[in-house]
Amino acid sequence: MRPNIIKVGFLRGGLEIKQFMRQRESVVFTLLFPVMLLFIFGSVFKGELAPGVTFSQYFVAGMIASGLVNTGFQQLAIMIPIERDFGTLKRLRGTPVSPISYFIGKAILVFVAMIVQVAALMGFGAALFGLNLPDTAEKWLRFIWLVLLGSICSTILGIAFSAVPKNGRGASAVVSPIVIILQFFSGVFFVFSTLPQWMQQFAALFPLKWLTQGMRSVFLPESFATQEVAKSWEIPQIAIILLVWTVLGTILALKTFKWSDK
Amino acid sequence: MANDLAGLAISVRGLKKSYTSKASGTKDAVAGIDLEVSRGEIFAILGPNGAGKTTTVEILEGYRNRDSGEVQVLGQDPAMLGNDSWAWRNRIGIVLQSTNDSQDLSVSETVRHFANYYSNPRNPEKVIHEVGLEEKESARISTLSGGQRRRLDVALGIIGNPEILFLDEPTTGFDPEARRAFWDLIRKLRDEGTTILLTTHYLDEAEALADRVAVIVDGKIIEVSTPENLGGRNTAKARVSWYENGTKQEIESDFPAAEVAKLSAKFGGEVPELTVIRPSLEDIYLKMIGQL
Repeated sequence: MRPNIIKVGFLRGGLEIKQFMRQRESVVFTLLFPVMLLFIFGSVFKGELAPGVTFSQYFVAGMIASGLVNTGFQQLAIMIPIERDFGTLKRLRGTPVSPISYFIGKAILVFVAMIVQVAALMGFGAALFGLNLPDTAEKWLRFIWLVLLGSICSTILGIAFSAVPKNGRGASAVVSPIVIILQFFSGVFFVFSTLPQWMQQFAALFPLKWLTQGMRSVFLPESFATQEVAKSWEIPQIAIILLVWTVLGTILALKTFKWSDK
Repeated sequence: MANDLAGLAISVRGLKKSYTSKASGTKDAVAGIDLEVSRGEIFAILGPNGAGKTTTVEILEGYRNRDSGEVQVLGQDPAMLGNDSWAWRNRIGIVLQSTNDSQDLSVSETVRHFANYYSNPRNPEKVIHEVGLEEKESARISTLSGGQRRRLDVALGIIGNPEILFLDEPTTGFDPEARRAFWDLIRKLRDEGTTILLTTHYLDEAEALADRVAVIVDGKIIEVSTPENLGGRNTAKARVSWYENGTKQEIESDFPAAEVAKLSAKFGGEVPELTVIRPSLEDIYLKMIGQL
């Protein structure tokens, strides 16, 4: 009998988390970097966007959305080529383990790292910058599915993109600029509606813009919906775009995923 | 299945694989190899670096595609596994040439985890003990020496209780004591019924371990034989040498005892500086691979 693929995936997830926790740099980077950014932006832009709504409120929404992209897409698209170089993947390919189990393990790692990062951002924001947490059950529910769907989408795209870098050494140079450009274009660091139209339209092709918008709908007052480019939060569109990218990413990942570089 | 019934673990016919690179053009890494490995034997592929050993083994392991030829491992073609590839991988164990993974995990965490991949794994504690890593059980992999790391590789190769174990240059970088311990482990696995295909560039390793040896040079097998008979060693002429008329005299003969008797009669007893030498396995091997 073949060992259960899902169960082995969860075991791999446990192992991935163990390895992650033992690399102090990666833990510190994942947890502290977003908090540091929040601290810098929160200190520089002290003003309010509207009475009772600080810039930090706007910024936290963007930071959480881009946290999903960092821990999922960016981390995996860099980490998997390194694992390919180290022979981790070649060894796994020589065993009966299914790539699906490997994917599940990565998704669990991303999800756990994400939860910790979001908790740190929200806790720190609430304690130091007067961040208002979502105040209705509906917003919390939306927040949860956004984090869930966002991290799955981000994981899948990270796995799919891991076929692009030729090796582990160059991976960061290929992946990081893409993420940083998307962050600028998607309204993570600036108010999205103030960006040039071509930037907005370009960003609208990718999931980060939609995740950021979804997070704004959770963290900003309902009245801010009218300040969006479309004059609404566009929640159904957000769900559709994320699902489409997840499906596309899954097809791509299964097609292009390489256990080895040969 | 036919091969399974015939007691063959591996059969290879006319295997070819070439690589094209900008530097050297098209090169035949494997230039037409035939091989048959029976169940339960230790079979060594011996050859100098770059002879095509790793390419051959990686084709058998399903890592690389071949250009032509027929390959059967446990009754299946590793290039045509399809959806039940897990079932085939469940029956083989692979020890790759060099690995550098899982640095942040301990020996025991890693071996236990890999046991979960197989339907009928060995007991992880026993495996760790068998490869002699019981004292390093809770040590991080990053702290292991080269030899310990290699023994962990073997532990991961046998944790699934494989029918065939592939070992690619398993003892490179070992000290003599570690090599002997490692050889004992491999023999024990064979005695338990595991078929072992081993590549090595160490002649003594092939001699100590293998039931049969294939010598591979430039992608071709130039001989398959038992270590005792390799290169006609058992029937090779002996060299008889002695001191006479102020210089060293030497003849090669199929009947060295008769030559010695003749010399003894000639000298009336002891022959000055008499030696009788059969060529060593190393002499024969170096001659075979064209280094002598």
